[in-house]
Amino acid sequence: MPRLQTAAELERLRAGIFAGRDRARPCIAVCGGAACDGLDSAAVGAAFAAEIKKQGLEAKVDFRVTGCHGFCNKGPNVVVGPGDICYFEVKPEDVPDVVACALKGEVVDRLVYRHPATGEKAVHMNEVPFYKHQMRVLIGDIPKIDPMRIDDYLAVGGYGALTKALTQMTPDQVLDEVKKANLRGRGGGGFPAGSKWETTKNAPEKTKYVIVNGHEGESAAFMDRAMLTGNPHKVLEGLIIGGYAIGARQGFIYTRHDSPQMAEHITAALEQAEEYGLLGENILGSGFDFKVELHFDVGIFVSGESSALMRSIEGNPPEPRPKYIRTSVSGIWDKPSNLNNVETWANVPEIIGRGADWFTSIGTEKSKGTKLVSLSGHVVNSGVIEVPMGTPLRTIVFDIGGGVPDGKAPKAIHFGGAMGGSIPISMIDAPLDFDGMSKLGAPIGAGGLLVMDEDTDMVEIARYLLDFLVKESCGKCVPCREGMWQMLKILTNIIEGKGRKFDLDRLADLAEVTSLGSLCALGKTSADPLKSMLRYFKAEFETRIAAGSQPQ
Amino acid sequence: MCEQEIDSIIEKYRGKHGALIHALTEIQHENHWLPHEVMQKVADALDVPFSQVMQIASFYKTFSLTPKGRHEVHVCTGMTCHLRGGAKLMGKVEEITGLKPGETDAEAKFTLEAGSCLGSCSIGPELIIDGKHYGRMTPEKAADVLKQYE
Repeated sequence: MPRLQTAAELERLRAGIFAGRDRARPCIAVCGGAACDGLDSAAVGAAFAAEIKKQGLEAKVDFRVTGCHGFCNKGPNVVVGPGDICYFEVKPEDVPDVVACALKGEVVDRLVYRHPATGEKAVHMNEVPFYKHQMRVLIGDIPKIDPMRIDDYLAVGGYGALTKALTQMTPDQVLDEVKKANLRGRGGGGFPAGSKWETTKNAPEKTKYVIVNGHEGESAAFMDRAMLTGNPHKVLEGLIIGGYAIGARQGFIYTRHDSPQMAEHITAALEQAEEYGLLGENILGSGFDFKVELHFDVGIFVSGESSALMRSIEGNPPEPRPKYIRTSVSGIWDKPSNLNNVETWANVPEIIGRGADWFTSIGTEKSKGTKLVSLSGHVVNSGVIEVPMGTPLRTIVFDIGGGVPDGKAPKAIHFGGAMGGSIPISMIDAPLDFDGMSKLGAPIGAGGLLVMDEDTDMVEIARYLLDFLVKESCGKCVPCREGMWQMLKILTNIIEGKGRKFDLDRLADLAEVTSLGSLCALGKTSADPLKSMLRYFKAEFETRIAAGSQPQ
Repeated sequence: MCEQEIDSIIEKYRGKHGALIHALTEIQHENHWLPHEVMQKVADALDVPFSQVMQIASFYKTFSLTPKGRHEVHVCTGMTCHLRGGAKLMGKVEEITGLKPGETDAEAKFTLEAGSCLGSCSIGPELIIDGKHYGRMTPEKAADVLKQYE
């Protein structure tokens, strides 16, 4: 395929893709996301391919293996269009029936959703409780896209925002739009992306970089992987637009080494974008040059921290550095480097395409747009969800999540992995909001939400999280390396019945020093879960200490 | 050891000292561990001090400085798996294999690894062997799964 030279050529190509597709034709999408893959969706996919071949239906049925549909614990997921009929827990032996019904426009009754309590059926995606309370702006296209085919992304309007930015907007206008949208970083900090972009843009060095942080080290967070694996072009489009606005000609995607499928999809996306002329020199005749390199972490949590990540891209050990000077001013090879996480970048094409006013119409006063959340733990329906900012946690846990399994009562909600926090279930009506959740002591972080049931031992969870961080600390600065170790020792003692009278005071002291004295966010926030647990579940700690001091 | 493959990886990065992590990662994937003489070759070819190669190789958990078993057994110790009984699963796998995380048995059959969050939280707790996921694992089922590996 020759490189596209102009925006008009891209639109002609898109029109051709549309013309070649019959929207009335049945389309079967098998989920190949991480959980479905673990439930052997590959066998289901192979069965569909074989069945279509056997019956010679290549011209009558569209079939694709896609990224994560979202409803992970009911996998393998299959969605059949038109009408987005959802089938759950599909096995290879169900395949002939699904194909036969798809051709006839019928539904395989035994595979549709049934409410576990009421038995009520839901056939279409917009009727399934897990999906119907969501607003799937970023992930809604994933079931429609084979991530290995750029044409599928173009068919859902992909790279339209890039065209708009390059042909109708100046870099300053793009930046203004992102600032006006008040897009806040989805990686954990909630820092306004527009201000960060502006800092890099205005930094005196001529060479600048833009980076996708796809490290996603936060435990129980898996939405960025779903996004990047399922629709890599959307993230890439955001990155290219960001490069244009900021004045960077080089981008980096930094992601996990342990997800081969994700690496394959990103690599293919980069190759195809380059082939089409959406990367490389003089993109769509605009005079803007941009290329992207893919880098992998090598298995350590702290490499998701911005300065550590940049050291890693340079080929050095990922040790964070003090941020007296921000990485947006001096990052990779001391050049201004703007880093945003996967979800933040994925929002950019939406903001440019639909406008900042549309974006700010969603969400709360200070948290705009939608938020991806990985919903897991003690919850009936688990998976990747997307809801407007401001959605009450109750909607997420009960309406979407279906509550706690096995008839147990929920006890706590944990956000933000090992550097997040837990709040008691009595706060379930709190809205999903960066600032509100931080005030409660459970900052959203990247968006990993865990439901904990009544049997959960909070002291043990606090210990578990610290144990995780102790192993992940890079060891460069003393407060983090030693402070966490001491806190872990005290918590371990409490659990082993060797708790002492002033342990909680000592923990509070250590938590404060570690937070104040550590170099990077890992140490600074390492005690956050513990602090939240001491705030809301202190009695559990006291009971454990008291029990330990008595003769057994 | 597949010397030819390793040499071709090293050749690809000759002179590029910024590519140290890339080179080591590829060798690790190919060979499953980093022998001393291979790291020396990398140091020479990429023109970086051996101490720097060691710094990277010993810092990142992905790199192994000792040979690994034929099968990599991975128990997810991420938060969801933990809440759903990951620790018990790990205990059972430790008992069956006689290994602690990071260890390899004398016959080089299994290497046991603890790993945090591989993103299939919805089907946790998880056991992953040579990249194949076994979701919703119980200590009882783990014994049957491990038996399949020779």
